[in-house]
Amino acid sequence: MANLGPAYYAPYPVATYDGLLTPPEGKAMLLTDIVDEEVAMREVARVMLTSDNATIFPGPQVLYAWSEEAKKKATLIKEMSEVLNAKMIPMYDYRPKYPKIDPEVEINPNHPNLTIWHNNIKAAIFIGVHCHYANVALKIVRSETDCYTIGMCALSGHEDAMATIRDQHAEDLARFIEIAKEVKQELGK
Amino acid sequence: MSVDIYKINPEFRDIMPKDILDLEDNATWGAEKRGISDLTDKKELLEEHSLCAGCPEAAALRYILTAIPKPEDTIIVNSTGCTSLMFPHIALHTVHSLFGNQNAVASGIKRALTWRFPDKDKDVVVLAGDGATVDIGLDYTLQSFFRQEKITTICFDNEVYANTGGQESGSTPKGQVFKMAPKGKVFDKVPMWELAVTSGCQYSVKLTASAPKAVARVVREAIFIARELGPTYIHLYTPCILEIGLSASEGLWEMKEQDKDRFVSFKYVSPEAEEFLKQCKKEGRL
Ligand SMILES: Cc1ncc(C[n+]2csc(CCOP(=O)(O)OP(=O)(O)O)c2C)c(N)n1
Ligand code: SF4
Ligand SMILES: [Mg+2]
Repeated sequence: MANLGPAYYAPYPVATYDGLLTPPEGKAMLLTDIVDEEVAMREVARVMLTSDNATIFPGPQVLYAWSEEAKKKATLIKEMSEVLNAKMIPMYDYRPKYPKIDPEVEINPNHPNLTIWHNNIKAAIFIGVHCHYANVALKIVRSETDCYTIGMCALSGHEDAMATIRDQHAEDLARFIEIAKEVKQELGK
Repeated sequence: MSVDIYKINPEFRDIMPKDILDLEDNATWGAEKRGISDLTDKKELLEEHSLCAGCPEAAALRYILTAIPKPEDTIIVNSTGCTSLMFPHIALHTVHSLFGNQNAVASGIKRALTWRFPDKDKDVVVLAGDGATVDIGLDYTLQSFFRQEKITTICFDNEVYANTGGQESGSTPKGQVFKMAPKGKVFDKVPMWELAVTSGCQYSVKLTASAPKAVARVVREAIFIARELGPTYIHLYTPCILEIGLSASEGLWEMKEQDKDRFVSFKYVSPEAEEFLKQCKKEGRL
C-alpha cells in the first residue's frame, strides 16, 4: 500500500528514510525543500484553496480552552477555515475508538486514513495535535492516502507532512490568514 | 488549569460530537460531591470497553471512576492485563506502565506533581491486576509502601493471569486448577492486604465489587488518606468469569458468594488515618 502515498517516489511512510528532517528555525518545508515561511504559507493556502474537500483537523491543544493562547488560536482557526473554504473535523482525543469511528465527524490518530478516504479529502491542515500523535497520524496518512498534509506546528514541525510550518503561535496564524486572503483573491476563489 | 482542560473553545462546539459535548456539560468534573448515584444520570468517564461481556473488572472500574474525588486532577497508573484494555477508553489521564512497574512509576509521578504543583491536590491512583501487584510487581508495590509514597493502590484481584490465558498467580487460592495451571496451585493465596499493613500502609481494605456503594466509599477514603498521610491499599475481588467458567450474568453472584468466604471483609485503618477520616466526615467530604 505504501506506494499509494502522495510522495510516490517514497515507498516508505517515514520521511526520514528519504533524508528529510524538520526545517530549521525561521524556515518551513514543502515536500523536500526548505523554504522561507512566507513561501510555504502561500503554497499551503493555494493547495487548500484548490484541492477537493480541503479540511482542517484541529487537535486537543486548540479545541480545549486550557490557555489564553489556545483561546486565541480557536478564534483564528475558525477564521482560517472560512478564508480557506475548508471544513473542520476535530481530533478531540486520542483514545482508540472501537468498534468503529464515525469518519464524518471525527478523525482519530490511530486510523486517520479512514476519515480521509471516507470524505475524499485531498488537502488537510493538522493543527494543535500533540507531537507524538501527529507523528503517528501523518505517517499513516502519508502511506495510505493521496492527501496533501500540512503540519502547522507550534514546535519544530513534522517532516512526515507534505508541508510543515513551525513555531506557529497566534500572531503567526493571523499572518497566515492575511496571506491566505491575498492568495484567495489572486485565485478568484 | 485543571477543569479548563475539558472546556471546549466555543468556536468549536458546532463540530464536536455530542459525546464530547456531554463530557463537558454532563460529566462530574469539578463537582464537589461525586458518587455512585451519578452513574444513573451523569456522563460516564468510561462508556465503552473491550473486556468480556459481564466482566466484573469493568463494573468495578466504573464504580471507582465515580468515586474519584477530583478526576480532573487525578492520574491513573495501570499495568498490562485485562484491566489495561479499558484504560485507553477512559476520559481521564492514564499512564500505562511496563508490567509490574506500576507502583514505581506512580511514586515518581506523585513526587513530580507534588514538586510542580505544591498548592494543589493531585491524586495518583494505581490500578493493576493481581499478577502485576502481588507477583511480578511485588517489589515495587512493597517499596512504595515502605517509602510512604502518597499514592493509592487498587489491586483488581481475579486470582489469575487472565489476559495471558489463565496461569496461576500468587493470589490464586490453593488447589485451584486453570487451563495453564493443570496441576493445581500448591501454596496458599498471598494475603496482600495483610502485607500492606505490615509494610506501612495507612489504610488497607479487602472487599469484593458486589456492592457499588461500598467500593465507592472505600476508594474515596483511600484517596483522601493517601493525599494527607501515606500509602493506601485496596484489594478488590473482580472474578475472571471466563477462567472460572461462569456466564456473563454470574459475576455478581460469585462476588456475593466470596463476600462470605475468601473475601470476607478486612479493613485496617491506622490511628492517624482514623482521626483524619473523622475530620473528613465532619467537613462533609465523605
Ligand atoms: C514485562 C512484561 N512481562 C510479562 C508480560 C505478559 N503479560 C501480559 S498480561 C499478563 C498477566 C496479567 O495478569 P494480571 O496482572 O493478574 O491482570 P489480569 O489480566 O488478570 O487482569 C502478563 C504476564 C508483559 N506484558 N510485560
Ligand atoms: S478474561 Fe476474565 S478478567 Fe479478562 S476480560 Fe474476560 S472475564 Fe474479565
Ligand atoms: Mg489477574
